[in-house]
Amino acid sequence: MNRPNAWIGSAVARVEDERFLRGRGCFVGDIAAEGLRHAAILRSPLAHGRIERIDTAAALALPGVVAVITASDIGAVPRIPMRQHAVPEGEIYRQPVIAHDKVRYVGEPVAVVIAEDPAVAEDALALIELDITELPVVADRHIAARDDVLMFEEAGTNRVRVLCARMGDADAAFAAADYCRRESFSVQRHTAMPMEPRGLLAEWDAAANRLTLHGATKVIFYNRRTLAEMLGVAETAVDLIEVDVGGGFGARGELYPEDFLIPFAARHVGGRVRWIEDRREHLMAMNHAREMYADIEIACRRDGTVLGLRGHVDVDLGAYVRTNGFTAPRNVVQFMSGPYHVPNIELDAVVYVTNKTPTGTYRGPGRFEASFFGERLFDMAAQDLGIDPAEFRRRNLLREEQLPYPLPALLDTDDGGKTECDNGAYAIVLDRCLREFGWSEKIKLQGRLIDGRYHGVGLGCFIEGGAGGPRENARMIVEPDGRIAVYVGSSAIGQGLETILGQIAADALGLPMDRVRVAHGSTTLVSDGFGSFHSRSTVMGGSAVLLAAEALLAAIRDAAAARFGCAVNDVRFADGLASHGSEQVAFGAFAGLSVERTYHNKKHTYSYGSHAAHVAVDAGTGHVEILDYVTVEDVGRIINPATLHGQVLGAVVQGLGSVFLEHLQYDENGQLLTGSLADYLLPTATDFPRIRGLSLGLRPCPNNPLGAKGAGEGGLIAVGGVIGNAIAGALRSFGVQPRDLPLSPPRLWHLIDQARRAAANDTRNGHNG
Amino acid sequence: MPDLPINLTVNGLPVSTEAPARMTLADLLRERLSLTGTHLACEHGVCGACTVIVDGLAVRACLMLAVQADGSEIVTVEGLGSQDGLSALQAAFRKHHALQCGFCTPGILTTMHALLLSEPSADEARIREVLSGNLCRCTGYIPIVEAVLEARASYARAEAAE
Repeated sequence: MNRPNAWIGSAVARVEDERFLRGRGCFVGDIAAEGLRHAAILRSPLAHGRIERIDTAAALALPGVVAVITASDIGAVPRIPMRQHAVPEGEIYRQPVIAHDKVRYVGEPVAVVIAEDPAVAEDALALIELDITELPVVADRHIAARDDVLMFEEAGTNRVRVLCARMGDADAAFAAADYCRRESFSVQRHTAMPMEPRGLLAEWDAAANRLTLHGATKVIFYNRRTLAEMLGVAETAVDLIEVDVGGGFGARGELYPEDFLIPFAARHVGGRVRWIEDRREHLMAMNHAREMYADIEIACRRDGTVLGLRGHVDVDLGAYVRTNGFTAPRNVVQFMSGPYHVPNIELDAVVYVTNKTPTGTYRGPGRFEASFFGERLFDMAAQDLGIDPAEFRRRNLLREEQLPYPLPALLDTDDGGKTECDNGAYAIVLDRCLREFGWSEKIKLQGRLIDGRYHGVGLGCFIEGGAGGPRENARMIVEPDGRIAVYVGSSAIGQGLETILGQIAADALGLPMDRVRVAHGSTTLVSDGFGSFHSRSTVMGGSAVLLAAEALLAAIRDAAAARFGCAVNDVRFADGLASHGSEQVAFGAFAGLSVERTYHNKKHTYSYGSHAAHVAVDAGTGHVEILDYVTVEDVGRIINPATLHGQVLGAVVQGLGSVFLEHLQYDENGQLLTGSLADYLLPTATDFPRIRGLSLGLRPCPNNPLGAKGAGEGGLIAVGGVIGNAIAGALRSFGVQPRDLPLSPPRLWHLIDQARRAAANDTRNGHNG
Repeated sequence: MPDLPINLTVNGLPVSTEAPARMTLADLLRERLSLTGTHLACEHGVCGACTVIVDGLAVRACLMLAVQADGSEIVTVEGLGSQDGLSALQAAFRKHHALQCGFCTPGILTTMHALLLSEPSADEARIREVLSGNLCRCTGYIPIVEAVLEARASYARAEAAE
């Protein structure tokens, strides 16, 4: 290869950008199609009730309405499968694609209107008479745990399952420990909130009995198999096509009820049906995430060595187990020890159903929550033991020679939850973060009142799992002009995948970037694929591209050798030409030559790193300003530093949104109170301007040919603990310990106010005594 | 109710069309004029993705009725670059990786274009203040601010040349 690693490691400008900047992207709502009809979905206005009657006559009579679909039109109503971590006890809690006997959350689909015009479809929703008998609402996990009101009578309990992470002997460790502390923490319900709401365009070709579905993403091959089965057609009669996607963050692209309803509607009316979700729908229909309540305990030696973690985390799953409802509960217990050596672990995640929107994964699922719980508890322990927070972490981080290191086992799971931290220099990266941040100077500000605000610094370390298996496919074809078409089974959800895989392919083929054309996101392109989740696209898709490139070059070499009449080993490659002596031929001469390769991998990658933050807290208002935020992470090998840096900054800001702003709130009747972006607050440009991210390629991953590790979630994972710790540091004179997110100004003000009152009482009592 | 006639200028070209009274400007641009670069992300005026420039002002096309735009001059994201290339602002976005998924990008470009046309020397605080009316979920805004800061020079030059 004459151009080793010219592209990998370079901040190559993204090939996607030009079309987006000129307004020429093609998102699902942008697709022009003849004879388009429009769907609108009637959603349950009540959190829990029995459907008595649905009268669609008036809606059907509205001019322009083509059809109204309810459960009775569908017959046997299919249910959403458990894509990840399926277990038998989850079966009964699966979601029907349309409510037929009961409704269990506000926003659950009840009927679908198809009309010639989207506005008419929405008008028709108001004409459907929906008669629902209200049932008592299971508004939170406490009500759920009582089992007085059952959401699924046939299940007999609202407690779906318990996921247990185990390592060593926690009871023995706690019995022998010098020091223990037990604490409660919580993370509020919030979610991914990509800027583009969901949308689908389903085309039913009645003559060929074929479905084409635009707007799919993430796991299109899995969704194709599932959808074909639900519709009762052959898998080959279904194609899922990914167009440009306005953000995923874990939530988009799972198989939702609409992914069945819209194709069904297209078949029902025989043609093309489009559905574009509005933001209000999105807030009540797309997966929520993160609502967890921890009651956990830490055991340490006097010198700060952590001996054990135990306790439980209650998970409010919402109304149903959807495709990946168990992923976050599983992660929160398995990853609470993070990058630290915690030899004894007994943690249970207790999963309850409630009458709220079902939950699923959001960037760093369970990991953000676990990091908040664990890092807060670490800081409390360090403070009690009189150990500097940085020293406490250094003492407990996994040492390089302890790696690979198995994470706690998960009992009663499909795979035993076997995974291990691969490699890394955890302490070196922590120290680098401390240096970049200026920890030794800034720690002197801890708790000090400067110009009316209390300053604090906080710290946290994380691991980020990536490269979810089991395999990924890539296909390469030589085109007549000598360009190489690269087809992958991965999905693009805004992360610059075309560019990244293009860099890998161009390097492997010894070609300039513009001689490689990456296409993805269609079930028509490769024979199988696994998609984009669990920070897997670069590692899995990229490794598949490497294997395919190797095979394609071998095939070209064979063909060229035959043409030149020389030995295979005598063929030379340079810049898209094969040569032997003075003879040469362009790759284009072998147009049509094609290979497909599959990369298999079951070992996860673990990128890792540390975050540090400097905050100033206004005790009078509860407002927190981020004065500095530094992340340092090691991702093994950096493919594109610019896109990676973008992932890091974006993830940190999302994490800060989780900490301060974002909250899906319900009342006691299960009504969503935050149904617009005026109520559900996202970070804006004035909120968090000072963030610094540094990414390193310090320890290449030993488990894949690229040496890369999944990245893109790590910027978010540690934010909760880091900010909680910095605020605790700032407010240490008050004894305030943030335990519950979000740390919105009123909540923080209340904590400060409570602490002041308690101190005043103590003082008064002291005087009286 | 019959459709109402609307005459307006879009990206320098005269357009005569008609639309129902309740149709928004955003839907008119997207559905009737095939200018799908203007995106809808909230349809209640919070996110700014649908921002277009109406008679020189950045306006949320989801909150304006199409009939209200009668007689107006409108610039959408499709009208920012030249036939053969990116504008200085667009090029700066590309250089600074100021976009990821690209969905909010058109509204941010139009908003910042309108800002720099009237305030070519806007400082970082001013840029952030105006940008705070647009939501971006991918970038954390930092690269966007860097791109806008860099693009200021070309707006200042254009102003000086006038």
